[in-house]
Amino acid sequence: MMARLTSVSALEVLIKDILSRRDPQKTKVSVCSGTGCRAYDSEKVIDSLKAQLLHDGLNEKVEVVTTGCHGFCELGPVMVIYPDHTSYFKIKTEDVGDIISETLAQGKLVDRLLYVDQEGNVQAKEDDIPFYKYQNRVVFGNNQLIDPENIEDYLALDGYQALATCLGSLSPEEVLEIVKKANLRGRGGGGFPAGQKWEATRNAPGDVKYVIVNADEGDPGAYMDRSILEGNPHSVLEGMLIGAYAIGAHKGFIYIRQEYPLAVEHLNRAIEQMLELGLLGENILGTGFNFEISVHRGAGAFVSGESSALMSSIEGKVGEPRPKYIRTSISGVHGCPSDLNNVETWANVPVIINKGVDWFTSIGTEGSKGTKIFSLVGKVNNTGLVEVPMGMSLQDIIFKIGGGIPNGKKFKAVQTGGPSGGVIPEEMLDLPVDFDALDKVGSMMGSGGMIVMDEDTCMVDVAKYFLEFLADESCGKCVPCREGITQMLHILKMVCAGEGQPGDLELLEEVAAMTKDCSLCALGQSAPNPVLSSLRYFHAEYEAHVNEKCCPAHVCKDLITYHIDPAKCKGCGKCLRNCPVNAISGEKKEPHDIDLEKCTKCDTCFLVCPPKFRAVTKLSGNETLPVSDV
Amino acid sequence: MSYSLAKVDQIIDGYGADKEALVQILLDIQHEFRWLSREILLHTADRLGLPMNQLYNVTTFYKHFSLVPQGRHAVSVCVGTACHVRGATQLLNRVSQGLKLSPDETSADEKFSLKTVSCLGCCALGPVMVVDGKYMSNPTANEITEIAEECE
Repeated sequence: MMARLTSVSALEVLIKDILSRRDPQKTKVSVCSGTGCRAYDSEKVIDSLKAQLLHDGLNEKVEVVTTGCHGFCELGPVMVIYPDHTSYFKIKTEDVGDIISETLAQGKLVDRLLYVDQEGNVQAKEDDIPFYKYQNRVVFGNNQLIDPENIEDYLALDGYQALATCLGSLSPEEVLEIVKKANLRGRGGGGFPAGQKWEATRNAPGDVKYVIVNADEGDPGAYMDRSILEGNPHSVLEGMLIGAYAIGAHKGFIYIRQEYPLAVEHLNRAIEQMLELGLLGENILGTGFNFEISVHRGAGAFVSGESSALMSSIEGKVGEPRPKYIRTSISGVHGCPSDLNNVETWANVPVIINKGVDWFTSIGTEGSKGTKIFSLVGKVNNTGLVEVPMGMSLQDIIFKIGGGIPNGKKFKAVQTGGPSGGVIPEEMLDLPVDFDALDKVGSMMGSGGMIVMDEDTCMVDVAKYFLEFLADESCGKCVPCREGITQMLHILKMVCAGEGQPGDLELLEEVAAMTKDCSLCALGQSAPNPVLSSLRYFHAEYEAHVNEKCCPAHVCKDLITYHIDPAKCKGCGKCLRNCPVNAISGEKKEPHDIDLEKCTKCDTCFLVCPPKFRAVTKLSGNETLPVSDV
Repeated sequence: MSYSLAKVDQIIDGYGADKEALVQILLDIQHEFRWLSREILLHTADRLGLPMNQLYNVTTFYKHFSLVPQGRHAVSVCVGTACHVRGATQLLNRVSQGLKLSPDETSADEKFSLKTVSCLGCCALGPVMVVDGKYMSNPTANEITEIAEECE
């Protein structure tokens, strides 16, 4: 148990003490145990590593740190060995022996675990790997240096220094001024200046005020907030305390999805440690500032991420939004002024205080300062979380950091902003990631989902997908959203089923405009974005569905049929054995055939057909198998 | 009684029988029993001094709550956007066919419950199926049948 800190200088002493006990030259092995790497059994790797180090008597010389997400999820489990920054990827328990005997004992590299880029170049050091090289990991970078369950790791990296600076030598007004000058905009999607929100809450009448962390990350395809909370919970908590000090709040809530159990666990552990050290509770660091936090788990409702809905949910009620003639910064939880910011926004606050406004505003564009974390996923080689300076082009993110599109396929579009955002076509890849630039083209920054799509993605299907999600998640309180989304979805379902009629697309646009204009909250107001943006940039694809009953990307099940190209099929029998409905027939070493009456279009034959043959083909509309000489 | 109201009381008391903690209390109860029976809901309403309609309001609004028993094995298919563009619909169809269950259904013998989830944060594996916490990347129809047979 650590002693309670009663002054700012006591914190300095503690940090000095922690640093004096640490040797920067000591070999430190950081292994990612974020959700992605855990799915690849990283925990077994860590256990095996610790056990073998103990067995070899190296446990004193080598420190193993179990950390949160490093970001490069594609190649998990990921390991970085310090002080050399040697990076190993796709580690299995069988590799642990070699890592110890070669690298840890002799300083040699284990070649098979190193990163190899598409041109075949091997990169041993993290900073040389393109995925990391072009990033600027201001918020996310410490993840791999920190055991999220150990507050000392955070303290050793300037943790709670920003809080000490604020409480010890800055007035609340001065802190507010810094955040306003930094022009920190909301990372949850809206991009509203955090400083303005803080000020509105601070100036709102009432003695009791609240600050809230919005960790109800609902965008289906984004997981940066979870990774920050899992990997570096103290950075968010410190930001929250600084905000509370500036605003004059003494109680805070963290609203987090119950689907993120590891993040909840790490948050609760972090809060316990803060209480122990006197970084929470009464008279924090002896400065007279009091603050308490309660963690509220969300029970699964996308709409509850909306500010007024979230606050109603904190009160134990159904999380439905209300009209916001009066903003939540004036009347929020229990009718008290409440400031709500997203996880990533809060995590930026300590960095701004520590490094200064000038440093922060030197990163980014005119209207969007700092960095943004994206979850770069979908049809991209390097799937993972990337933090880039605002203003970087989509092209650079997808091709330089993301390594382009897998399997030699062609890039088609990138979707940002999740169900509230839109698709951006190839012609616009030069676009910088910037709140205003993305808005202009009909998408939005959103919370950070960045889904890359290749030629095999059907844009009508993607629009239908988002509407299905939203129809399910719309709370139904207001008619424009409830009915608008349902009707748009109905039209798209017909179009995807080959039952689209002339005039459907015009009707779709009309309903979309109504939903956008008339819905109560942002869920409905932004729900048409995926539809409108894909109609704008991929109109021909919609027309093909309606007029030719053809899905050019071969996705819409009702519009495609599966065939085996006799010229390519070698009769290996793999599809025949795997077909769940015995729709495939054929003699060994003879071309096989699919019975279209029996076929359920489950895609299994397409998946199992060996890549060297690629004999299973999907056809749509008037397409026919290529004529061959066989 | 197959479950204990004493355990429910313990959970409620852990929150000081605070009405505002309703969602948190129900989450804990659901975690303990895997679903919320009418008997438990009535007891909770009584303990918190809340009308039963408020409990139904909350339990039907939030997705995580189940008012019907759940299977012994939880099968989830991720339908987040990244998995979707990588073939989650086809995977879900295969799983549905293999387990003879539609999403949000529980088999008659209470062996499996099938659910869809939006983004598990392991997009690199997509499309993903999770059976009792074990992740599988895009299993074929045969693999799904094998997994189903392995479960007790």
